[in-house]
Amino acid sequence: MTTSVPDPSQKHQRREHGLMLALVSPALLVILALIVLPVGWLAWQSVYHDGFTLENYRRVFTEDIYWRSFALTFEISFAVTVIALLLGYPVAYLANSVPKGCSILILSLVVLPFWTSVLVRAYAWLALLQRTGVINQFLRYLDVISEPLALVHNTLGTVVATVHILLPFMVLPLYATMQKIPGDLMQAGASLGASPSMTFFRVFLPLSLPGMLAGCTMVFVLCLGFYITPELLGGGRTVMVSMLVSRNVELYNQFGAASAVAVVLLLSVLAIFFIVSRFISLDRVLGQK
Amino acid sequence: MMRVSSARIALYVISALVLVYLILPVLIIAPISFSSARFLTFPPPSFSTRWYQQYFSNPAWMQATRVTLTVALFTVVIATPCGVAAAYAISQSKLRIMRIIHMALLLPLVVPIIITAVGIFFVYARVGLVATMPGLVLANVMLALPYVVISALAGLQSFDAAQEMVARSLGMNRLRSFFAVTLPQIKSSVVAGGIFAFISAMDETIVALFISGGQYQPLTKRMFTALRDEIDPTIAAISTLMTAASFMLVLLASARQRRSS
Repeated sequence: MTTSVPDPSQKHQRREHGLMLALVSPALLVILALIVLPVGWLAWQSVYHDGFTLENYRRVFTEDIYWRSFALTFEISFAVTVIALLLGYPVAYLANSVPKGCSILILSLVVLPFWTSVLVRAYAWLALLQRTGVINQFLRYLDVISEPLALVHNTLGTVVATVHILLPFMVLPLYATMQKIPGDLMQAGASLGASPSMTFFRVFLPLSLPGMLAGCTMVFVLCLGFYITPELLGGGRTVMVSMLVSRNVELYNQFGAASAVAVVLLLSVLAIFFIVSRFISLDRVLGQK
Repeated sequence: MMRVSSARIALYVISALVLVYLILPVLIIAPISFSSARFLTFPPPSFSTRWYQQYFSNPAWMQATRVTLTVALFTVVIATPCGVAAAYAISQSKLRIMRIIHMALLLPLVVPIIITAVGIFFVYARVGLVATMPGLVLANVMLALPYVVISALAGLQSFDAAQEMVARSLGMNRLRSFFAVTLPQIKSSVVAGGIFAFISAMDETIVALFISGGQYQPLTKRMFTALRDEIDPTIAAISTLMTAASFMLVLLASARQRRSS
């Protein structure tokens, strides 16, 4: 296309490109102004305070309270992911192996909590788990316990409620992957003399790995930044990274430190997405909700 | 054969327990909200609507409800056209930069919400948008955009773009052909996207915690602060109403989607 004569189709193409960019620009502008700029601002604020400084990062990596919070957050996220996988896999497997009508019912039950506000569900778990809550009253009524159990305002309560909120993100990609596993493979395994458990572990389970990876990534990443459940159900002792950020802003006015913590958290999330994207397409991870 | 069926039974039992775990918290709120007791007792001692009365007669809760509904409505009205226009451009254009723009529009789903919230707070503090209505609406538009874009793109993918070309070759201009040919066929995806945007704005809590204040606090912020202090069954009443609203909207969206497919 090095001709100097103006090509009408080229001109048309340029107009077409212009129109498309104009159509996408309002949405893009909102995204740039309200997420790219704010995150960039955080990054800037984390290294600049009357001159460049790495003081905030030094604090994040050396001061006890910071790295302990990061360690706790990764531990909780890991536990939540493992529990969600153990709970979600059977449900997805069942939904995949029953007739269509039943599987729609099962999946609706999985998605139902999805559409209740996280805040409402946190409240429900408070009502269920607290000392005078439904579960403790029920257990005392049955005379199983004499003293109420400490089920909430600790890490346990945080994990129970967080798994509940993130479980759909595990079940849906698992189910989507299982749907694509051809049923005849299992029959082929069986016809070659493999026991049902062997066909499951040697054929089905490996084929469902991409779904497991997608689900685990989503649950782990969402859990890393979770705020409402640890704040309301953690009883002030389970200080996850998100709470570190908010406290540094709201209570201590440590904007630089808050920004550094946020940047480290964001980089962790992006690193996980990057590593996972080497194995499976990110659309698979993000395409769920 | 025996082993198979016992494994199968275990599968049923475990799945049933997990489903109970998923559903129980959603179901527990309504009975609490209709209980007469100040403190949670189960089963509730007697039926009462006092928590609903308390909600509807409290000016602070009513003001918060108005804020939530206003924000959600404005969010839908702004995010839906922006998101649909963007989805249309992404699906039609062959520009390479569109792939990057598409990914950028999904950023709100990727960046942990707490980071977005704090970042927006810092930016708003500079430009004076903290504790204002436009600030709250803008933030919710940003958070709702991915849902509209994803939903509209799904509709556009199953739509045959050649139809719009036909309309244009017959002399319609681009705008008219879009509204006359394309939009009616992706209408259900657009409506579903709008409904998701509404629900997203109605449920949004964390950004509101940082940037809302004064008389422009949405329901979720007031609920959050109330929950931190004590457990007030009024929140059960509000939660029940919010859940009912969400479910009705989701049913509406899925009914529309089913009718179209």
